[in-house]
Amino acid sequence: MTALAAVLVRDMRIAVRVGGGALMGVLFFLVVATLVPFALGPDLALLQRIGPAILWLAALLASLLALDRLFAADHEDGSLDLILTGRTPLELVVLVKGVAHWLTTGVPLIVAAPLIGLMLNLDARAAGALVLTLLVGTPALTFIGLIGAALAVTLRRGGLLLAVLVLPLAVPVLIFGVAAANAAVIGPVPFGTPFTILCALTLASLVVGPFAAAAALRQEIE
Amino acid sequence: MRLSAFDLACRRGGRDVFSGISFSLAGGEGLIVAGRNGAGKSSLLRMVAGLLRVAGGSLVLEGGDSELTVGEQAHYLGHQDALKPALSVSENLRFWSGFLGADSADVGGPLAAVGLDSLADLPAAYLSAGQRRRLSIARLLAVKRPIWLLDEPTSALDTSAQQRLRDIMAVHLAGGGLILAATHGPIGLDGAPELRLDRNFIARDEMAAQQ
Repeated sequence: MTALAAVLVRDMRIAVRVGGGALMGVLFFLVVATLVPFALGPDLALLQRIGPAILWLAALLASLLALDRLFAADHEDGSLDLILTGRTPLELVVLVKGVAHWLTTGVPLIVAAPLIGLMLNLDARAAGALVLTLLVGTPALTFIGLIGAALAVTLRRGGLLLAVLVLPLAVPVLIFGVAAANAAVIGPVPFGTPFTILCALTLASLVVGPFAAAAALRQEIE
Repeated sequence: MRLSAFDLACRRGGRDVFSGISFSLAGGEGLIVAGRNGAGKSSLLRMVAGLLRVAGGSLVLEGGDSELTVGEQAHYLGHQDALKPALSVSENLRFWSGFLGADSADVGGPLAAVGLDSLADLPAAYLSAGQRRRLSIARLLAVKRPIWLLDEPTSALDTSAQQRLRDIMAVHLAGGGLILAATHGPIGLDGAPELRLDRNFIARDEMAAQQ
């Protein structure tokens, strides 16, 4: 337990210090989502209709940004070797690293989303639904991303490979996340249907992600 | 406690690095692993640490904790120092002692033993190569593990730090620990036997010279 707490504290500390990935993701998210209204023009009805999709796309891309360094940094400085000589199962370490990554890059996105929602003409009800879908859906993005980050660990420029590997897997999360957020605003599907599928996707990724990522890391470390 | 290897073989990238390596090491003994570049010194240490698959032969630890693997009872001091530049000296050490399961959370003693106590709050990014090495060595002291696998432990260390390492290793051996060290030069494990990994290669070179 203390070993996992040590990993959580360390990863969060590194993320919020100079050169960490915590601010980078949320700034990217803000920039992308801010540019959209400027590109599309002040068509309030259009912005309201595509607002949730824009925010979800921006969140997906932002959550990929810092992901390629998640294991690569530990691999390059030898930390991964020592983690393997620890007495904690690698799967649990990977899970905790994923949680730390989500807390430092996912949660700021969720907090910033209602603010950007104002620029996209989302009312309080729509912004609330969007925040709820992001809260449930972004962990799935992180835990699916873990697999790609582990596969690309030995590559110097793993960022692009990571995107190619992870984005197709993230498509279901995107579909049901946007569907749930739209259902709350324009209907006609009830909010609960896509939202429960989104919950299921997150739970499945929470189980599959750490095991797949740990298996990939064991292979690559040799 | 006794660590024994029988007929160990290592394959990397489809190439046989070494084969037929046997050694036996009891508590309180050190063993120097020697050989030319590429003979497989680091590979042997990584294999004992459980980071490389054993391609042939076997590795047995008697008298250890049967619930744990050999690697989980060993400290691996590799070429890389496993330090995060954004964290301070004491935060780096506290992480490893917490993760590897130290009995106490105190890192002041180990830091003082390697002469880094005055730099405890400095970010590790500002450390010199020798200071980084000393911080890694402090990890061996912060967490008690019986087997030490040291890969070129004296690299980047100045003479006084080498003397400190010599003392640290002597205390570990006196306490019944085991040390397996890969090195090119003398590291101060006096009287420790030497395991040469490149015997086969030397024989082959001599044969080539005779022909």
